[in-house]
This record gives sequence, structure tokens and C-alpha cells, in this order.
Amino acid sequence: MSDVEIKTLTMNFGPQHPAAHGVLRLVVEMDGEIVERCDPHIGLLHRGTEKLIEYKSYLQAVPYFDRLDYVSPMNQEHAYALAVEKLLGIEAPERGQYIRVLFSEITRILNHLLNVTTFAMDVGALTPPLWGFEQRELLMEYYEQVSGSRMHAAYFRPGGVHQDLPAGMLDSMEGWIKQFYPFMKDIENLLNENRIFRQRTVDIGIVSADQALDWGFSGPLIRASGLPWDLRKSQPYDVYERMDFDIPVGKTGDCYARYLVRIEEMYQSARIMEQCIAALRKVGGPVRVDDRKISPPRRGEMKGSMEALIHHFKLYTEGYKVPAGETYTAVEAPKGEFGVYLVSDGTNKPYRCKIRAPGFPHLQALEMMTKGHQLADMSANIGSLDIVFGEIDR
Amino acid sequence: MSEALKELAGHIAKAQMGVVSKTEVRLGELMIETTPDKVIALLTYLRDDPKCLFKQLIDICGVDWPEREKRFDVVYNLLSVKLNQRIRVKLMTDETRPVPSAAPVYSSAGWFERETYDLYGVWFSDHPDLRRILTDYGFEGHPLRKDFPLTGFVELRWDDVQKRVVYEPVKLAQEFRRFDFLSPWEGAPKVLPGDEKAQETAAAPAKAN
Repeated sequence: MSDVEIKTLTMNFGPQHPAAHGVLRLVVEMDGEIVERCDPHIGLLHRGTEKLIEYKSYLQAVPYFDRLDYVSPMNQEHAYALAVEKLLGIEAPERGQYIRVLFSEITRILNHLLNVTTFAMDVGALTPPLWGFEQRELLMEYYEQVSGSRMHAAYFRPGGVHQDLPAGMLDSMEGWIKQFYPFMKDIENLLNENRIFRQRTVDIGIVSADQALDWGFSGPLIRASGLPWDLRKSQPYDVYERMDFDIPVGKTGDCYARYLVRIEEMYQSARIMEQCIAALRKVGGPVRVDDRKISPPRRGEMKGSMEALIHHFKLYTEGYKVPAGETYTAVEAPKGEFGVYLVSDGTNKPYRCKIRAPGFPHLQALEMMTKGHQLADMSANIGSLDIVFGEIDR
Repeated sequence: MSEALKELAGHIAKAQMGVVSKTEVRLGELMIETTPDKVIALLTYLRDDPKCLFKQLIDICGVDWPEREKRFDVVYNLLSVKLNQRIRVKLMTDETRPVPSAAPVYSSAGWFERETYDLYGVWFSDHPDLRRILTDYGFEGHPLRKDFPLTGFVELRWDDVQKRVVYEPVKLAQEFRRFDFLSPWEGAPKVLPGDEKAQETAAAPAKAN
């Protein structure tokens, strides 16, 4: 009997593929329909954000954070703002903190709506994205009302937020939350018990708690593997410690658990929004620090005050100097732990700004999750990882 | 918070004598320094010791200080989920001195080290797969070094004659401008002629204390 030679097939997946969620190129080695090895090639969206930030003043660096993970912009501004505030030794005023928490949770819902629905699309359901994107539009209108921009807001600044909320926004948000709960029930009705959806996700890409730690998982992924870990609870920032919310934890660590965790997080985010709205009706005062060496004066002030004009000019040309030091500050972004490692040398520009994107270690673990699965399960895995190339490639 | 961190720093420094060269608590964050040859032993200890339990490697990154003899810092950020604490491990190296790879200790180290190698040119020995990760195929140089220009060296465009993308040296229509902002915000100190005596007497009692 002669030896039978088994030859694996090398396949190229992406960079332009609807299930790749951006520009992901995968070199997959396959034995028939089974994935033996997969090697992600990333960097096709590398824009040199960290290098660019080294050449910008601290304020000019804020908009780069919107452009990292472009479906959850404000959470990333939040991490950067907190890092700069830590080095400067300042704290945002209470009202500013409530606004930041409110918009962080809006952003979390925005992100999870996109991920859950497009994940469903990856495994064959087309209705959820059509419904979910309508809700996203409604939320992005709030973005536009506070910052003038639907996505790249640049709204959270070191020292607070740029402007106070426009009149009537809180009422409108309450109305939105009321209709959001029934909408979520609709999405759950579409997917939770859906036979095709469950066949594609249950027991696919199982990650144990130990593996999740070893591979540097965070956010919904580590919670789906059974570890109740959330930076909003364990290392609270801004006013999160005053908020009453629960951390959903998955039991199985498969794609379906990751989906369920994200669904429950959206309910919890809506709860936090309700509490923030109630608090914002009571808490008044400024929305950013009242230090003219850090936060620029209002336009109206500049018409009458010479000092205001000078401060404005200095802050928008030179910016402020940040005392020398270094910090690693992380927030619970919708995708996981988003951290900024900021090194200052005492000038007006960051010496080094390392961006720790949650998607980077998550995508690294794709090979571990997919090995031995079928090719079609790989797109389910990619969908459940919630990757966005803006943050992975930076 | 910082009391607990100082206690932890003392505990680590005692257990790992000769491995930890410096500990520091600043801004509520604990940083310890070590050397490249001892980093694996230290990381393994930090992962397994019951008072540390830093089971998660959050990040590895480089920092470039070109005026130093050993120009690169390699920074490891660790997190303990169980004890809810963070630590930062730092070591110094240069272009030629390799750092042992942390991949056997933490699986997530693989890509972080590839990124540091790509952007700074720090060598990691015994790395399972040390390739470039973020930059282009066939890229030359290490872009996050301070002596690498912001504009880079090559630019690319579609060539309609050759029907492919071609690389060319960067041509700038306007010279790249960097402004010096090191002039102090408050302006130059004013020295009144003949007023030096007043300042001397003001400074003298402070010295006596």
C-alpha cells in the first residue's frame, strides 16, 4: 500500500471581505473544511497615530482617539482625558463627570448595537442590522447635538467636556430610553431562540477562564468566559461608583455567551443612562475645570476681556505644559480595556503615547479559538470578537 | 492605595533581591525596574506569587530616549484580576542587546513584542515568530524611533503606465515645520538693575532652615 500524502490548502481570506469587519487579511491553512492554522495579517489601516500624537499638543491629540475605534469614539477620548488629567493633577467638575458617564454609556450601546447586529448578519440574519442601525442613528443625533459631529466628536477634553448639554436633551433622551427597552426585546426575540443563530454560535470558539487571562482578554470577552471583571466596578473612574448596575457574566465562554453578555450590557447601560439623567437634572455648575491655564475661555468672554483673548491664543497655539511623569490609565471601553500609557517630559507635547487597544490581543487569540473549527465558524468567531481595525492597526 | 502598593513593592523587592533594581510609586501606580536577562524570572514570579497573581499581560511597549546610552525602555503593564492591582515592569536595552521573549510566560506577549520590534527595532530572543506586524510588507526602518522623520522616507502612488503601485522618495511641497514652544508661558524673569540684594536677603533665611 502506498503512502497517501495529505496536502493542506492555503487560503487567503480578505482583506476585502464582508465578514472580516474591515481590512483583515487572514492566511488560513485548511485540511478540507477544517482550519489548521490561521495567521492574521494586520496593519493595512496603520496610520501612525502614536507617532502623530508625539508631534501634536495635548489638545490636538484628542481627535485622533475618535478615529481609532470609530464605533466607540467617546470612550477612547475618556481614557486619554483621564490620563492627561492624572498627570496634570486636576479633576473634572461633577456635572462634567456625569455628562462623560452618560455619553460613555451611549457609546457602549452604539458599539454593542453595531456588533450584535452585524454578528447576526455574519451568521445569516439580515433583519437585526436593519433595525439596529435605526437606533444607532437616533443616538448619533445626540452626538451631533453636543459636539456637531455624528461620529468624530472630540467632545471629552482633558478637564471635562467641551460644552454643556443643549436645552431639552435630557427629556428627549428619556423618551429614547423608553422605546429602547421594547426594541431590545424585539432583537432578543429575533435571535435568542433562533434555530440557525444558535446552531452557528453555541459551542463555537469556546474560551476558558484561564485561556482568557493568558491571552489578555478584557471586556465582554472575559466576562463571557465566566470572570466577573469590569473596570467600571473594580477601578471606578469619574462617577461610576455612584451608579447602580450589574455585571453580566457568561457561563460557557462560546460565541453565544459573548452575544448574551453584550445584550445584557445594553440594558445595564440604559439603566446607567437613566441614573445620569436624573442626576444631571439636579447637579449644576461648570462642565470643565475653571482653570484658564488649561481650559480655554468662552467665545463671549473673549469679546470683552483682554486676558481671555490672550489665554485663548496661547491655548490654541502652544497649548498647556504637562508636568513630567508617566501614567497608564485605562477605561472599560465597549470592546474591553482601552488604556493609554502616556509619558510626559514636561513640554506641551506627549513624549510617548502608547495606545492599548482591546481588539489587538483579542484578534491575536483568533488562531487559538478557531483551530479545529470549520471555515464558516471562523467568521462567527471574528464577529463575536468585536474587532475594529481603526484601533488594532492604529 | 499607595500604602498597599508600597507594601507590595517591598514584598517583591525582598523576594526578588538582585532582580529588581528599583521600585517607585508615583501617581498611585507602582513601577519596578529590572534588566533584560532577569525579566523572564521576574515575570514568572509576578504571575505565580500568591501576593502578586499578575495573571494578565495587558501591554508591552517601547519608549525611545535617543540621548541615553541604552536608548530603549521596554515597558510591561501587568494586571491582577483577582487582587485588583496593576504593576509596570521596565527595563532598558539598545538596538543590539536582545530581550528574552515573554511568550512562554504570557501567550498574549507574541503580538505585543512583534509590535515593539516593528516600531522600535528591539530584538526579542526566542520569540516564536518575530516578524513585522503593523507596517507595510517590505518596510524599512523603525518608525517610532525619535530619529525617524514624521513624514517617513517613501511615498507611494498608482502608476498608470506600469499598472501598479510604485514607491518614491517623499517630496514635500513645503518644508516640515516644527515650532519651539519651550519659551516659558509667564515670559522671561524680570531683573531690575540694583535689585539683586533684595532677592538675596529673601533667599538667605530659607537656606538657613
